[in-house]
Amino acid sequence: MRDTPRTHAIGTDPYDIRPPAIRVAGLTKRFGDLTALAGVDLEVPAGSVLGLLGPNGAGKTTTVRILTTVIAADGGTAEVLGIDVARSPDAVRDRIGLAGQYAAVDENLTGRENLRLIARLTHLPRGDVAPRADELLDRFGLTDAANRPVRTYSGGMRRRLDVAAALVHRPPVLFLDEPTTGLDPFGRSNLWEVIEDLAADGTTVLLTTQYLEEADRLADDIVVIDGGRVIAEGTPTELKARLGSTVVELGLAGDNDAVRATAVLAPFGVRRPTRTGRVVHLELADGPSALVQGLRALDHEGLEPLDLAVREPSLDDVFLALTGRPASDGDGDDERELSTTGGAA
Amino acid sequence: MTATTYPLDAGVDVDAPAPSLRMRRAVEDGAAVTGRNLRGYLRTPQLLVFSSIQPVIFVLLFRYVFGGAIRVPGVPYVDFLMPGIFAQTVVFGAMATAIGLSTDLHSGLLERFRSLPIARSAALAGRTTADLVRNVFVLVLMCAVGFAVGWRVHTDIGSFLAAMLLMLAFGYAMSWVFATVGLIARDAEAAQALSFPVLAPLIFASSAFVPVTSMPGWLQTFARNQPVSAVTTAVRELTLGGATVGHVLTAIAWCVGIVAVAAPFAVRRFRRAV
Repeated sequence: MRDTPRTHAIGTDPYDIRPPAIRVAGLTKRFGDLTALAGVDLEVPAGSVLGLLGPNGAGKTTTVRILTTVIAADGGTAEVLGIDVARSPDAVRDRIGLAGQYAAVDENLTGRENLRLIARLTHLPRGDVAPRADELLDRFGLTDAANRPVRTYSGGMRRRLDVAAALVHRPPVLFLDEPTTGLDPFGRSNLWEVIEDLAADGTTVLLTTQYLEEADRLADDIVVIDGGRVIAEGTPTELKARLGSTVVELGLAGDNDAVRATAVLAPFGVRRPTRTGRVVHLELADGPSALVQGLRALDHEGLEPLDLAVREPSLDDVFLALTGRPASDGDGDDERELSTTGGAA
Repeated sequence: MTATTYPLDAGVDVDAPAPSLRMRRAVEDGAAVTGRNLRGYLRTPQLLVFSSIQPVIFVLLFRYVFGGAIRVPGVPYVDFLMPGIFAQTVVFGAMATAIGLSTDLHSGLLERFRSLPIARSAALAGRTTADLVRNVFVLVLMCAVGFAVGWRVHTDIGSFLAAMLLMLAFGYAMSWVFATVGLIARDAEAAQALSFPVLAPLIFASSAFVPVTSMPGWLQTFARNQPVSAVTTAVRELTLGGATVGHVLTAIAWCVGIVAVAAPFAVRRFRRAV
């Protein structure tokens, strides 16, 4: 299974009738009084990348932990490559890689030793252990640091090693839980390239993130969850069209002009523009063309914007549109923490 | 599992590995994790210092500073002391089990292990086995230090080896106790802090350093009937002579009993925590 040659981009083939690589139905999970998952359904076609979006505490990590057999669900089903995670966890473990939120590598071992340990624990043939470790070190640009203990690594290097460790046994399905959280822009784009390469090779990827930009760049499909439920799904383009359109901020000469501009621009926004002082906030209905038309209309009315800022929708915009509250306004509860201490309560 | 919204077909034929393969893998996985933990010890000097230098200091302290004031009828104090030092060494060493497991739990490493196709037993077995191996080295070191400060075995090589095996068994049993502590604690520091109140009374309210008869009556009752005293007494008799089978059996019973109680606790905590 794991070394099946892949000659075409799998998820895009309309004649591909294989079952989805990941299939989740009615998944529920409670930690004490807290409902982490209230019935999640999702499917990931083989060879595609799914971006699972949501604020802290939404249930992203819980979903990943159930799919990777780390914890058991209370109800519903979760399958990876057609295998039920609850009934045949070992068979699932043979076929998945997991890189969690916390770079789960051994501080005291070197990068090379970490990968060799995982190679042994995933039962690679003895002769493959060392070459596979070296191959991954090379692929992730860690060859120079291979013999240094991981505690001397930067955050970005750790994260890359962590992803490398998830790939040791060439899993056809990969779970990445907030892989770029805490990375600097360079480390982030570096890791994005790695994920793009994996996807191009036909690996199915489920990626959780808090960054819409990240999901936008990497994911074929996006599922947004909040409060343990799926609240939206679609391709990045669909979601952006539906949820967080491009936001334009126009500064006019004064408050009066701004009030007039608000009325003039109304037809071009997904909702009525809002005004703060002399600045008008417009969520564009139809991207650049709507902006051009809007500016023409302003010009026609003799209104001249003095300054103009365009920003792409953030996850905050998406959440604001979907739930009426910002994404970062969650309770911030760490799901991992909850589950580890839940039993002691 | 409750009913699903639509039927899911199990499209892949999944065979469970044969029992013999499972067994072999459990051993291999345990060995891989053991090796990893031992490397960890070699690379964290503070843990090595804790488990080896500290008992050496205790030997010197009790042999040369307090020893003169402690009267033990019939035996040189150093011969009385060393079995107590061995017990103290393995019990304090077991704290490393708590710290190590706690560190792995909170670094996410145990979670990764859990997502790998490895034997469920590997993480706990690998940790306790690594601590057993470390105890072998530490006990060899302590014997050498003991001999250097005048400790002598008054029996034979067989009894001496039996004494060492008993100590290792006791250390292994204590590892399971502290595995549970490590899995309960919030983090590695908390694991250390939580361990001490367990250790201190066991070590100091025992016959490890002083004869129990020197303690107040209420304390004697505890000191006579706890595992550190039982094991120390057995090892003393095995190295000083006059070994009674009864005391050795009591010590073995403690070791077996501790594992029987602590291991299921640790395994349950482990299943829940990760």
